[in-house]
Amino acid sequence: MCSLLTLHLSDPFAEEELLGGTQDVGSGADYIHIRIQQRNGRKTLTTVQGLAKQYDLKKILKAFKKEFACNGTINNDEKLGEVIQLQGDQRSKILDFLVENGVERPTIKMHGF
Amino acid sequence: MASEEPLFDPSLKKRKKKAVAFTEDPLGAEADPTAPAPETIDNTTTTGEAVDLGPTTAHEQMKMNGDEGGKNEDDEFKAMFGDMKKKKKKKEIPMDLADGDSGTSTPAAGASAPAITEDLDFSDIKKKKKKSKKAALDMEAFEKELSESKSKSAADEEEDGEVEHNPNLDIDDADLENDPFAQPSDVSIGLDLGNEAWLSSDRDYAYPELLTRFYSLLHAANPALLSSSSQKRYTIAPPSIHREGNKRSVFANVTDICKKMHRQPEHVIQFLFSEMGTTGSVDGAGRLVIKGRFQQKQVENVLRRYIVEYVACKTCKSMDTLLTKENRIFFMSCESCGSRRSVNAIKSGFQAQVGKRSKNRPA
Repeated sequence: MCSLLTLHLSDPFAEEELLGGTQDVGSGADYIHIRIQQRNGRKTLTTVQGLAKQYDLKKILKAFKKEFACNGTINNDEKLGEVIQLQGDQRSKILDFLVENGVERPTIKMHGF
Repeated sequence: MASEEPLFDPSLKKRKKKAVAFTEDPLGAEADPTAPAPETIDNTTTTGEAVDLGPTTAHEQMKMNGDEGGKNEDDEFKAMFGDMKKKKKKKEIPMDLADGDSGTSTPAAGASAPAITEDLDFSDIKKKKKKSKKAALDMEAFEKELSESKSKSAADEEEDGEVEHNPNLDIDDADLENDPFAQPSDVSIGLDLGNEAWLSSDRDYAYPELLTRFYSLLHAANPALLSSSSQKRYTIAPPSIHREGNKRSVFANVTDICKKMHRQPEHVIQFLFSEMGTTGSVDGAGRLVIKGRFQQKQVENVLRRYIVEYVACKTCKSMDTLLTKENRIFFMSCESCGSRRSVNAIKSGFQAQVGKRSKNRPA
């Protein structure tokens, strides 16, 4: 019992749990994905997936909407968690915003062309 | 992303730089521990500012020559590579070069003026060489220049001649002989490989010494290691994109590119679609019809990311890799170094609701 306990204490995966404990491993939990999606015509959507749970998505969304002058919403996906969805191609702006506000650049992945 | 992308530019310029960086790595590995940290930092900042001004740097170096022995060559080389450094984004490279050659100089206090000017000429040539795409032609001219300068400076001072060597661009036998002394910490008395002073002494060998020795022996044994990697370059024809109608783009040479990369077109297309957040189809002529307007630059960016992720070997940076699927997991095996690793499955991530909801509803 005692040995078990010590084993548990020196858990090699402790770091990962700190990063994103509740998210499942397979979904690439530690990355923030910024994606673009085509709509009809020249219109596009931008989705931000994988923001850490510690942030208040509502507040982030509000800041996004104000900063980028676009509308947006929070989608709740059963697999991927909460996803911010914005109108238009806001990828680079989102990237700048996140980096400015203290998100580590290597943890963000920007997709799209 | 920004850090990765430029390294893998199929358009030739950037790729070349990457190749150069690769060749210099062996020296770079050893360079860091030996170099005194604060001084090197100072050097980088100063040289970073004084980018291309050849004559001024020469004067500076003259001054520096009076002061210290080992450091001034550092400065010379950093000055030479000052502009390269900015492009490369890799901090180590100029340092490596500097360290690679600084050790060869011992009493540089007596460095004569002609030798230094030669250095500068040499740097110019080198820069041109880096910029120009005709590697072969320039290589010859470069080597001529090098041999000339070598002979001249050999008449003046042996050390200066060695300083002018560029360790990564040409690997002569002489160069290989001189390589071990590239290490600043090395005792620069012996001139042969086996003659390092520490070899015969009783003291414990320092790690950097052993490392230099290893690399010098390695490169002496097979010079192809360095030269081949710098010559080889991976090029892909740029994607040819044209508009079909108003809202479709046609990617005409997708099959050619896939063949060049040794990848299944389906895999590439799947990646393209998931990255660009769109759909499309392959028409009868093997062209890819993508929904939405895309320019060649945009598709090229996505392809570049594909190459980074699924084609380039993470271990040896070779493009000679194969992708196989086993138990629903893709494995990438490198043909040149034999490494094998699993790669991420292509995930499109969250897909927002687009279009009418009634269409998505099962009837």
